[in-house]
Amino acid sequence: MSLIDVFITSLVALRGNFLRTLLTMLGIIIGIASVITLTAAGAGAQQGVAARIKGLGSNLLFVNPYSPTPPGGIAALLGATGASLYYEDELAIRKANIPGIDETAAQSTTGGPGSLIQVQAIYGGVNASTVQVGTEPSYQYVRDFYVADGRFLSQDDLDKKSLVVVLGAQVADELFGNTEPVGNTIRIFAGLSRQFGVTFSFTVVGVMERKGVTATGNPDDQIFVPLPSIQARVPLVRNPRGFTNVNQISIKLTDSSKEQSVKNAVADVLRKQHKIINEDDFKVQSQSDVLSTATSVDRTLQVLLVSIAIISLIVGGIGIMNIMLVSVSERTREIGIRKAVGAKRRDILMQFVIEALVVTTIGGAIGVLAGVGAIEIARTFTIGGSGTRYLVTPFWVGVGLTMSAATGLVFGVYPAWRASRLDPIEALRRE
Amino acid sequence: MIKLRGISKTYKLGAERVHALRGIDLDIHDGEFLAIMGPSGSGKSTLMNIIGCLDRPTEGVYQLDGINVRKLGDARLADVRNRRLGFVFQSFNLLPRLNAVDQVAMPLSYRSVKNRKKLAIAALRLVGLGSRMRHNPTQLSGGQQQRVAIARALVGNPTIILADEPTGALDTATSHDVMELFRALNEQRGITIAFVTHEPDVAAYTRRIVSLRDGRIVSDQPNVPIHARTPAPNEVAGAPPPAGPNA
Repeated sequence: MSLIDVFITSLVALRGNFLRTLLTMLGIIIGIASVITLTAAGAGAQQGVAARIKGLGSNLLFVNPYSPTPPGGIAALLGATGASLYYEDELAIRKANIPGIDETAAQSTTGGPGSLIQVQAIYGGVNASTVQVGTEPSYQYVRDFYVADGRFLSQDDLDKKSLVVVLGAQVADELFGNTEPVGNTIRIFAGLSRQFGVTFSFTVVGVMERKGVTATGNPDDQIFVPLPSIQARVPLVRNPRGFTNVNQISIKLTDSSKEQSVKNAVADVLRKQHKIINEDDFKVQSQSDVLSTATSVDRTLQVLLVSIAIISLIVGGIGIMNIMLVSVSERTREIGIRKAVGAKRRDILMQFVIEALVVTTIGGAIGVLAGVGAIEIARTFTIGGSGTRYLVTPFWVGVGLTMSAATGLVFGVYPAWRASRLDPIEALRRE
Repeated sequence: MIKLRGISKTYKLGAERVHALRGIDLDIHDGEFLAIMGPSGSGKSTLMNIIGCLDRPTEGVYQLDGINVRKLGDARLADVRNRRLGFVFQSFNLLPRLNAVDQVAMPLSYRSVKNRKKLAIAALRLVGLGSRMRHNPTQLSGGQQQRVAIARALVGNPTIILADEPTGALDTATSHDVMELFRALNEQRGITIAFVTHEPDVAAYTRRIVSLRDGRIVSDQPNVPIHARTPAPNEVAGAPPPAGPNA
């Protein structure tokens, strides 16, 4: 029997049981649609992360505290890493005059999701949860993130520990709406909850430019204050040894070819500063290091997503096998008739395998379309946030179609084999 | 041309051995029209299945057109059924979703034949169903369905048409129509036909009656065919042959 004949025969049989065919297909459709949607979300996220990390500013190194053995208990709850980085470390790096360093900026960040100490900016009855960044004037240049209205923090602010604040664009929107924020006084609350904390009044001196959501957070949902001002006033930032804790030191390089030498030189300075003998209590990372971390997180996510998709395909495949077995037993008489008029085992085997393949490949194709459709809907209604990207890649479309066909083959062969082994006399006798 | 020598068939039913056939010798020559009769359990259906290459004998020699069928593998046996045998069943055994033309063309799809539809249409005309080509089995009467089945058996130009109780599911008048069709095909086209029946009325159309009892042939006699209705149906005469020789 020619392949076209087999194909037509399968189509006729499948059309004869349209609802059942459709329901059987549904398993595959959902499986493939989820492969397409999930991988598109994964690929979009990956692409987005890469773009956003590049958007952090060029030629950046980040120094962060890092503990090879993280602490447990209350210290972990407070967000401590068991390691510390100090403002004095930055001064030491500057003093070392390392060639290749353009500029540095230290920052101490409080508040934000996942942080125990929450920060609220309060003005005129509006409370806005936000992230407070204590930093220096060099921050603008190092992070390539500039003030748009008013001025940024000055060295004078730092020296006097002035209570001045520069608002991120989103915070300014939330607190002031259309009115001019600069010159007004807001209150900033920092503490464990609404009851336990401190509140200070800060004068708004500037508003930052709008950047949009990035991989490392939302820079527009931040407020900037002089580093010594919060260190002097906010508990848990002060250090009993008289040092001033910071979360991060950003280092801007003169050019990216100096990355490795600067990394080594900075590490040497910090080891001396921290009197390190064995393991470092800090990490110096470039943007590409951060990127590769983000990518590996993404890959883990993708493995997870694809596993889910494969599981749903296996479930769909079992559905197909089930229906094919039912179909074989329902059509026993037909198989007997076909064998009596000269169908070989191979012909019957082919007929049922092709039937399963037709169901799964059509299901796979519909699944691809459904996946793309679901992505379009997600885009239209900004499901997952307006910043969520989706990227349908030909690779995953190919994988989806191949997997659906493979499902048909794997789960169709056994019922088809059973059909082909039927004894024609027995088959004809069956009602 | 069919030659059976010492054909036996033994079934195992649990621990018991059932002898369905016990040494059958039978020759069927080209152009014959014969009935195989016998009470139920006499082995006539088993014999039919063996002649039809659906079943293999336990012992004995079966030659079909000089081929020793017993030695053939499954695929070759399917090929023999397809090219040399035509089946007609008591319950018609048409496929539910196909129209008459596709039903009749179906056996031809298992070998590479061109003009399958044309051959199928010719076979349907030969059995007098020229006006019902596009009908599904559910839209046809029992007699018409059996005619479609006969056309399907004819279309491959087989050595012999085997029919198992072909009138068993039909009323008397329709039974006689179908038997007239068989006789006309045999007399005017020279098609060899063998069928199993337990109705003497139906067997009376043939020119030879073989009687079985307990797996043995108890009589094998020529018969003078009766004519229940004369003359033979007109549609048989003048219709084109179903397929070229040895197609």
